[in-house]
Amino acid sequence: MSPILRKLSRDLPAMLGLALVVIVVLIAIVGPWIAPYPGDVTASHLARRLKPPTGSFPFGTDNLGRDILSRVILGARGALTVAFSVVALSMAIGIPLGLVAGYRAGFVSELIMRVTDVVLAIPQLILALALAQLMSPSLESAMLALSLTYWPFFTRIVFAEARRLSNSVFVDALRGLGMGSARIVFLHILPNAASPIIVRATIGLGFTILTAAVLGFLGMGATPPAPDWGLTIAQSRIYLPGAWWYALFPGLAILLTVMGFNLLGDGLRDLVDPRLRRSR
Amino acid sequence: MVFRFVLRRCALAVPSLFGLLVLTFLLIRLVPSDPAVVMAGDAATPAQIAEIRHQYGLDRPLWEQFIVYTGKAVRLDFGESAFSHRAVSLDIAQRLPATLELTFAAMGLSILLGVPLGVFAALRYNQWPDFALRMLSVFGVAVAAFWVAIMLQLLFAMQLGWLPLRGELSVAIPPPTRITGSLLLDSLLTGRFDALRDGLAHLVLPAVTLGLGGLASIVRFTRAGVLDTLQQDFVTYERAMGYRRMRLIWRYVLRNSVTATITQIGLLFGGLIAGGVVVEAIYDWPGIGSYTVNAILTGDHQVMLAVTLMIGVVYAAVNILTDVVHGLVDPRLMDQT
Repeated sequence: MSPILRKLSRDLPAMLGLALVVIVVLIAIVGPWIAPYPGDVTASHLARRLKPPTGSFPFGTDNLGRDILSRVILGARGALTVAFSVVALSMAIGIPLGLVAGYRAGFVSELIMRVTDVVLAIPQLILALALAQLMSPSLESAMLALSLTYWPFFTRIVFAEARRLSNSVFVDALRGLGMGSARIVFLHILPNAASPIIVRATIGLGFTILTAAVLGFLGMGATPPAPDWGLTIAQSRIYLPGAWWYALFPGLAILLTVMGFNLLGDGLRDLVDPRLRRSR
Repeated sequence: MVFRFVLRRCALAVPSLFGLLVLTFLLIRLVPSDPAVVMAGDAATPAQIAEIRHQYGLDRPLWEQFIVYTGKAVRLDFGESAFSHRAVSLDIAQRLPATLELTFAAMGLSILLGVPLGVFAALRYNQWPDFALRMLSVFGVAVAAFWVAIMLQLLFAMQLGWLPLRGELSVAIPPPTRITGSLLLDSLLTGRFDALRDGLAHLVLPAVTLGLGGLASIVRFTRAGVLDTLQQDFVTYERAMGYRRMRLIWRYVLRNSVTATITQIGLLFGGLIAGGVVVEAIYDWPGIGSYTVNAILTGDHQVMLAVTLMIGVVYAAVNILTDVVHGLVDPRLMDQT
């Protein structure tokens, strides 16, 4: 085991986070096979609607008699798909822009950084809501809106690293050896920025799940009958206070998933940047 | 000195606000759907659409439209809400006090509880209060506010019946005369203590919901700051000099520890405004947030953009304020930048 992993394995909260993430990822992959009623994404059984938790329905049933445990399990895949796509797209936009802005000083660099300033000048949720609403609400526009508002975080990080490294001796040496800019940037500067990017991406996954749940809750994301967690909580509201289990379990799923990514991200941050040690 | 510092910070915010204007302008102009077609409605003829396009100046060149848009934005003219058929700026002005009331209540709650709890956690480092508070801060950041809102409603309003479910004031109580627009202030000013008590009861659940995330981050940053400061030489020195422990901690250590916390409070404000959107909608709080959700549900673009712009301005103002507070706490910072 490498020393970094050994260090991580001693960080109890980070290991708890890792365990949660692994569990959620596994559930997302094998969900359709482990859910007790995998057909309950679309099926409806009005005879057993709004049943409280029992042995055969541990999380109870919803207003259409669907098993909530099954729907929470099946919702994991959607939540992770959104999170990974949004973070991947944000990285695809943000990292190259950050590299360009950091490596080359000048007009283009200034322009890129001013644009990131503007996007970061508004809370992400507000901008994403405005964007998703203008693009006619659907899951795809919600994902696009989240990506288009999250990339500046990556640009910022990569910019700082690239700016620092572009003045360093080893980059000067590479230039002196006649290496092209593209090669220097991608083979020598980008790997040096990898650790802060990984930390930000991990925390970003949790953050995106939370924001996407808000969009789903407001009806700007997944559409029925998708077993989306945020959407399910929105649907449960008119059956309160009778059916408390309907709103409780999807919310717990969001909480545990986001907590997993946050704890893991914090642990990774401690490894990468020991100055910001949280558990000290 | 302070004045020049504030002025310099304001000047730094101008490009970013200008960019925000460009951004919102492009948003409404470059969206796939043609605004004239949207405004004209489903049954419009091409002639009617052209009429509307001309009426709103949508047939002019883009830069000319942008100048008109900027002029209107500076005069706070955001057009009419397609839903309420009133001027958007009027709607916003009427709803802003309720939002500020909620935001400040949540913020006050998270600062007044968060800073002492953070100090407490640092003093009990790695003992059970520290672990409990760390769990709380992990929970507070990771939990979905809309879910907390629903769970609190379920428990305290529906099951126990201790607190009101939604709204700002009970229907049975006539609202106080409008002076400032803030219900609590108005009740206080007009001596309407029944309305004040009822209003406060209505404020509890939304403020707790909204403040939870902020509380979590303030506890965390205060704790980290205090732990860092406690290791510095001046603390050892003052301890050796026999300073009273309470005075040492709450005065000298805290003052040196809150820099990160102040930054966090500034960031928190933006988070509170964004979080307020959902919280207000769930508690039927008559502020900007529920107005925004209404605009989303009815597809009211004018309102969405006006709100985005307004939040951007508030955010910039808070950032400036944060820097000024930084400067007051640590005067060395004012000489830099």
